Amino acid sequence: MKAPMTSQQKKIVAVVAALTALAIIIPNTNSFIILLATRALAFSILVMSLDLLLGFTGLPSLGQAAYLGVGAYLTAILATKFQFGLGYDFWVVVVLGILAGAALAAIFGLLAIRAAGVYFLMITLALGQCVWGLAYRWNSLTGGDNGINLRNRPKFGIDLSHDVTFFYLVFGFFVASLLAIYVLVRSPFGRSLAGIRERELRMKILGYNTWLHKYIAFVIAGGFGGLAGVLWAHTAGIVSPENVVLTTSVDALLMAVLGGAGTLVGGVIGAFIVFGLREYLSTLVPWWQYVLGSVYVATILYLPGGLMGIPERIRQWRAMSGRAERQ
Amino acid sequence: MTGKFPRKLSLALFGGCLAFGLIATAGAQQAELRIGFLAPTTGIFAQVGKDMVDGFQMYLDEVKNDFAGAKVVFIVEDEQGKPDTAVIKARKLVLQDKVQIFVGGLLASTGYALAPVSTKDSIYISTVAAADDLTQRDLAKFPYFIRTGWTSSQPSHPFGQWACDQGYKKIITIGADYAFGYEVIGGFQKAFEACGGQIIQKIWPPLGTKDFGPYLPTMKQDADAIFSLMVGPMSLQFPRQLAATGNKKPVIGGGTSYDEFVLPSMGDEVIGHVSALQYSAALDTPKNAEFVKKYRAKYGKVPSYYSESNYTTAQMIHEILKQNKGKWPGGEAFIKQLNAINMDTPRGPVRIDEMRNPVQNIYIKKVEKKKMFGYDKEELWNTVIKTYPNVGQFGQFDKAEYLKQPLYNRDVPACKHC
Amino acid sequence: MNTQFWVIQTFNGVSYGALLFLVGSGLSLIFGVMRIVNLAHGSYFLLGGYVALSVIWTTGSWLLAIPVAASSIALIGLLMERFFLRPLGFDPLRQVLLTVGFAFLFQQAALDIWTGNNFNINPPDALTKSIVVGGIYFPLYRAFMIATALTIGSILWLVMEKTRMGAAVRATVDDAQMARGVGVDTSRISMFIFALGAFLAALGGVIGGAFLGIYPGLDFEILPLAFAVVIIGGMGSLGGAAIGALLVGLADNFGKALFPEISYFTLYAPMALILAVKPTGLFGRE
Repeated sequence: MKAPMTSQQKKIVAVVAALTALAIIIPNTNSFIILLATRALAFSILVMSLDLLLGFTGLPSLGQAAYLGVGAYLTAILATKFQFGLGYDFWVVVVLGILAGAALAAIFGLLAIRAAGVYFLMITLALGQCVWGLAYRWNSLTGGDNGINLRNRPKFGIDLSHDVTFFYLVFGFFVASLLAIYVLVRSPFGRSLAGIRERELRMKILGYNTWLHKYIAFVIAGGFGGLAGVLWAHTAGIVSPENVVLTTSVDALLMAVLGGAGTLVGGVIGAFIVFGLREYLSTLVPWWQYVLGSVYVATILYLPGGLMGIPERIRQWRAMSGRAERQ
Repeated sequence: MTGKFPRKLSLALFGGCLAFGLIATAGAQQAELRIGFLAPTTGIFAQVGKDMVDGFQMYLDEVKNDFAGAKVVFIVEDEQGKPDTAVIKARKLVLQDKVQIFVGGLLASTGYALAPVSTKDSIYISTVAAADDLTQRDLAKFPYFIRTGWTSSQPSHPFGQWACDQGYKKIITIGADYAFGYEVIGGFQKAFEACGGQIIQKIWPPLGTKDFGPYLPTMKQDADAIFSLMVGPMSLQFPRQLAATGNKKPVIGGGTSYDEFVLPSMGDEVIGHVSALQYSAALDTPKNAEFVKKYRAKYGKVPSYYSESNYTTAQMIHEILKQNKGKWPGGEAFIKQLNAINMDTPRGPVRIDEMRNPVQNIYIKKVEKKKMFGYDKEELWNTVIKTYPNVGQFGQFDKAEYLKQPLYNRDVPACKHC
Repeated sequence: MNTQFWVIQTFNGVSYGALLFLVGSGLSLIFGVMRIVNLAHGSYFLLGGYVALSVIWTTGSWLLAIPVAASSIALIGLLMERFFLRPLGFDPLRQVLLTVGFAFLFQQAALDIWTGNNFNINPPDALTKSIVVGGIYFPLYRAFMIATALTIGSILWLVMEKTRMGAAVRATVDDAQMARGVGVDTSRISMFIFALGAFLAALGGVIGGAFLGIYPGLDFEILPLAFAVVIIGGMGSLGGAAIGALLVGLADNFGKALFPEISYFTLYAPMALILAVKPTGLFGRE
């Protein structure tokens, strides 16, 4: 007799089913929705990287947009100033983007990892602002306020200017990132991170080099951020200081919390909801900002586990009412 | 149970099909013109976006959405003042709503982002986004793009000549440190130095500066006048802080430093300041008087150039549709016809040059406190003190020579007399 | 660069610092007592300015606008703390996120109520003049800003050092658990401090509104500056906020005057470095 599925296995099945559905349904909708989904998926990679820090290591970073920015600007500058990255060398740019994000995180991590909790929040904010300031003022490199326009998407055997093809590419990267981070958090390294999140002192006593663990997680998150940046540059076709402004980092944080920190997929759900509200609802009604704000407030107040935590809450509520009935 | 098909029912069905057929063909006969509009209707530029939309909408309401028989479907999308949002919304308009024309975009960066989105079935008209190169060195890249607004440096070229004529020999410029600032000031410097003037200092406060404390004391003392290029909140703060330093020198500036968008919130410190733009609400012509009065009655404020530019563009589109008897002539033909237009508008006569940018009057305007157009309150108005007719984007300069020089930048033209 | 230049720049820097003190002191106190980073602080600043505008438009009195605006925003702060922040218990991260959610709501509400136009708050004519000392023009309004900051700062210091309430606040900042142990009602203190923080921010908005203008987007523009003050000066320290504000005001001013190209960098880089060396800020405790 086969054993019933564990809840973990159930979750995996659910995620796989949802992803498959996404891959099938989206390309059959209209071009606007395809574009929106592509954007949400690219940004989700950034949100997942943030979730690695926030949900699994307990480090609330308010400056992840900096890594997206580094990846995006690198892509844009290589494409426009050096005509590099528009053919098979696109894959080289992907690697460079990841390295650039990781390198920046390596530098910033040295400054940031010493802090914890809200202090960590503040310092990542400050560092993010530095990157913004540079993007804004270093006109000759970044085009300043105007940003940089990428005229064409890469072509290497397949033509990425075709929206559906590009969607599949981004989808592929997204799934790969999800898998990679998932494997990471289930590994012994990932479990140590969770231990640090719960009780750093205990981990230290047990002999773990917590600083190094956190630092490595930070660098990895930076790498994924860089990847998100490369994809983002080609999705939007334009890179500007808007991409590294404070509110972008705040967005990522909110999406992670909305979906449910520590669940990885939660961030994706959060991203889709926010993008959907912001870009789709805004075409229908002018008061979408209130909806978005209220959704945040309501989730934070009543759903500490985010939206992914809803099934758990329902179970608890049922258990409680069941108990009450029995009494 | 089978039976005879009830007679009344089949008659009704037949009648229904006939009616439906008639309606369908009638609908097909009336052509539709789908116009998409991109403006920041939320976010920090929300009010400017509203002016843009209101300008266009006012014309549509006047003709009851009927352009020579074509029914106008007007779809407004919020670009939030961000170029990548503008691109997404533009692609929605092009791909999903299948608009034949999309209009708007506020910032220069948005203009650059939107131009590539235009296709032969969905052309792009820029009414406000003033980035010079879109109709200069980058023109060939965008065959489905045309501009009915202005280039940033267009008013500056005659203005530089005007400054020479006033006897100014040395001028300090202070302007927002971004592309629009570079282009406005660059154009002024080129023209002013070409007729014998000297720019002796260029100061660049970052875009969004509100405290000019660090910059004002660095200004050299031997200038004859000060040229400022301010946008948005900067326009409000700069004149006050300048006056508080005890400045007695004449102050001149770019069109956006004193335009009707910020003028109502300004105080007496700007009286006497002179600027240049292709529009002033105080332009004393019958056509403009009518426009201002109608706009103010409908929306409760004096129209800014954002409103006028979009109103006039709607009028131009209507003109072209009239020439085509209400049918959409296709993107390429439309651009060609719009390029050949010559029209009298609230801002004066406008035609479009061979590089798809308007040729129009440039008005030198001075802030004065008075009553105009029969309103009974004394208010600040940009009185027109001189008109330069027929000014194109290259102004008084030779086009070929002009295009050889690089795009205006922080150091283009270089500050030889600094 | 003659003496005149240095004198004026220093004066300007100090006056800018005075404004930053108003905004930053509230943020610093809120953090010290509640360990929350109030990301809606910029919104309080902006809303204070908007309410002041409404008061001026209806009554024509600038003098009246100051207390009315500051008190009404203090009330909003109080309500926000009581009904939204307190139920979350001691969970700083979620409280921070909640303040962000509110910041978005406030931003949209402000746009809907006051439109997106740029406004100026016009002080009485007397304050718009400049006095001439030694051939240099000193704008009176900047002197007024310095005077206000000094007054408020002194009052706050007196309350903190010399009253029982102040002692209770200081105790809570030092060690909340211990304070509860000796009978201090820390939740009432929290409420009071949050309202006070909002009061100070709104006051800053009214005073600053004549200097910076009032327009959409100001909320998120002033926020990083307030953070710079708190970070450099130390979270929870009033004296630190004063010094931090002074330093930021001067650094920002001189940075822009002498190195205009990298002006944003000159502000945020030192902030990051200070935090790296001392994560609680220059004068922060813990």
